[in-house]
Amino acid sequence: MGWLLPFDNLLCMALGISFTVWFTSLLVFIIVPAILGVSFGIRKLYMNSLLKIFEWATLRMERGAKEKNQHLYKPYSNGIIAKEMSTLEQEIQELRSSSTTLSSEPEFEMADIMSFCRRGVESIVDDEVTKRFSAEELESWNLLTRSNYNFRHISLRLSVLWGLGLLIRYSFLLPLRITLAATGIGLLVVLTTIVGFLPSGRLRTYLSEKIHMMCYRICVRALTAIITYHNSENKPKNGGICVANHTTPIDVIILANDGCYSMVGQVHGGLIGVVQRAMVKSSPHIWFERSEVKDRHLVAKMLSNHVADKTNHPILIFPEGTCINNTSVMMFKKGSFEIGCTVYPVAIKYDPRFGDAFWNSGKFGMVSYLLRMMSSWAIVCSVWYLPPVNREEGEDAVQFANRVKAAIARQGGLVDLLWDGGLKRGKVKDTFREEQQKLYSKVLVGDQEDQTGRSEYFTICSVTGIFTHNHF
Amino acid sequence: MGSRASTLLREEEIEEIKKETGFSHSQITRLYSRFTSLDKGENGTLSREDFQRIPELAINPLGDRIINAFFPEGLDREDQVNFRGFMRTLAHFRPIEDNEKNKDPTASEPLNSRTNKLLFAFRLYDLDRDDKISRDELLQVLRMMVGVNISDEQLGSIADRTIQEADQNGDNSISFNEFIKVLEKVDVEQKMSIRFLH
Repeated sequence: MGWLLPFDNLLCMALGISFTVWFTSLLVFIIVPAILGVSFGIRKLYMNSLLKIFEWATLRMERGAKEKNQHLYKPYSNGIIAKEMSTLEQEIQELRSSSTTLSSEPEFEMADIMSFCRRGVESIVDDEVTKRFSAEELESWNLLTRSNYNFRHISLRLSVLWGLGLLIRYSFLLPLRITLAATGIGLLVVLTTIVGFLPSGRLRTYLSEKIHMMCYRICVRALTAIITYHNSENKPKNGGICVANHTTPIDVIILANDGCYSMVGQVHGGLIGVVQRAMVKSSPHIWFERSEVKDRHLVAKMLSNHVADKTNHPILIFPEGTCINNTSVMMFKKGSFEIGCTVYPVAIKYDPRFGDAFWNSGKFGMVSYLLRMMSSWAIVCSVWYLPPVNREEGEDAVQFANRVKAAIARQGGLVDLLWDGGLKRGKVKDTFREEQQKLYSKVLVGDQEDQTGRSEYFTICSVTGIFTHNHF
Repeated sequence: MGSRASTLLREEEIEEIKKETGFSHSQITRLYSRFTSLDKGENGTLSREDFQRIPELAINPLGDRIINAFFPEGLDREDQVNFRGFMRTLAHFRPIEDNEKNKDPTASEPLNSRTNKLLFAFRLYDLDRDDKISRDELLQVLRMMVGVNISDEQLGSIADRTIQEADQNGDNSISFNEFIKVLEKVDVEQKMSIRFLH
C-alpha cells in the first residue's frame, strides 16, 4: 500500500487548496458584500443569461414538436372556458321577461335549472379557488422537470442542456446555498444572543438592527433572490403594522432584507424554535404559544401593546393566514385591521420563470420545500411599498381590510378574490349556499324588500358571476 | 422525474375521446390537466368528495344533483368516475355550432345535440329514472333551489301549477316529450352550452 501515500498527500493538498479557494471566494464575493450591503451585480447578469437560455429552450421544443407533428401541451393560462358575464339573477329574469303575464303569483320556469346546471359545470371545469392552491403553470420551459409538461418532446441538445443544468444546480448551487444559509442562521443565533447580554438601550437597538439586516442579506444570497424594491419612500415606520400577501415563508426574508420588522407567529420546536428564541433576546418579537393563538383578544392586546410603543419596529402580518400561489389575493382576516394604527400595505409578486416560490404545504413539507427552493435557478420578485392607510370614519374592519386588499391586488397585478384562503383545507360554509337559495326565492316570489336593503346585503362577485356574501 | 398531464394520456385514447365527444386535441389535454388537479387521491378517478371540494360547486343549490350526473351507474357512495366518463358528461355542454364541421350522417346523434341537452336537464329532475317527473320529484328540486325561504304550501302550489301547464296526457307527471314541449321556446343551445376555448 506504500504506493498510495504520495497520492494521499497529493489528494489532501488538492482538497485543502480547493476548500480554501472555495471559502475565500465565498467570503469575498458573497459574505462580505452582504455584511456591507453592497452588490457586485452578479445576480442580475445570471438572471439575464438564464432568460436567454429559457427562450431558446422553448423555441427548440416548439420546433421539435412541429417536426414530429405532435401537439405541444399549452397550459391554460388564458383559461379553458369563456364564462358568461351576466349574473345568475339577470339570466333568470331573462326567462321571465319573455312571458307577457305580470302576475303577482310566483313564477317558476322549468328552464331555471339550466342556469344553475351550467354554472355548476362551469365551476367543475374551471373555478376561481382550487387553482390558487397549486403552482402556476408556465408558458415557457425553464429547464426544471418539475415544471415540464412535454417531457417526450425533448431533443438531444435540450436533454444535454437540461442535464448540465441539473449538474450545476445540484452540485454547485445547492451546496453553496446550504453553506450560506447555515452561515447566515448560525451568525444570527450567535450574535443576537451576544447582543442580548447588553443592557436595553440605544446601542443594543442599533447593533441588533445591524445584525438582523446582515443575516437576512446572507440568507437572501443563500436563495439567490433577486429583489426589486419599488417606492421605498413608503417603507413601513415604527409603531405601525405592515401587511402583505402571502406566498411562501420566504416572504419574511424578502421583506426583512430591506428593513427591520417585528415578527408575529407561533412558537415552533426544533431549529426554528432556536432561531425564534435567539431573535427575541435582542429585539421584541411576538411569539405565541399554540394554545394562545385561539384567543383573539389576547392576540389583539399583545399587538396593540407592541404598536403603542413607538420605538418598536413595525409588525409584519400576513392577513390571508395561508400561502396562496401568487396569482391572486384571498380574503384578509380582519383581526389586524381592528387595532387602529397605521397600516402599511406591501405587494409581493414573484416571477415564476426562475423557480416557483409557492409553498404547497399539502404536498411538500418545509424541508423538501427549502431543498426545492435552493435547487431552483433563482427567486426573482418585486416588492411594492404602498402608501400608508388608516381606517376611515364609518368604515368597519372588514371594509378596511377589503380596501387594503384591493390596493395590494391592483399593484401586484393579482386577482382580487373574496374567497377565504382557509378553503385550502376546510369546507365552504353553508351560509353561502343559503344566500344563493334566498336569492332565487326572491326572484321567484318577488322582491318584498326595497332595493337598497338588498344591495347592502350582497356583493356581486364579478369574477364568478354569482353572488358572494362579504363574510368574516 | 415527474411525468405530468399529457404524458399519461396516450394518443389513441385522445383520438377515441375526440371521436366520441367532439372535443379538439388541445381541449382534451387541458381538461385532462384539470381532471388530474381535481384528483387528490391520484388514482385516475374522481369521487364525489373531489367534486365537493370545489367551493363554487358546493354553494350551488343544485350542486349534488349535478355531481350525480357524472355518476350514472347509481347512487352508491363508493362511485368513481374515470376520465372517459368525465369527458362524456362534459360533452353535453359543447356548443352545437361546433358540430357543423364534422357532419357525418351515419354517426349517431352527438352528445351535445339539443335533445341530449334537454335529456340532461330532464335527468336532473327525474331522480329515479322512470322517465317521468312526478310531483314529488319536482318538489324536491324546488326545495333544493329555494331552501327555507318559501313555505310548503306555496311551493306545493307552484309545483301543481307547473305540472298543470305541462301535463298533456293527464297522468299528473311530466314525461320527456311534455318536457320538450314546455321548453320549445327556450334557447336551450345557449343556456346549456359552455364556450370551450381552443
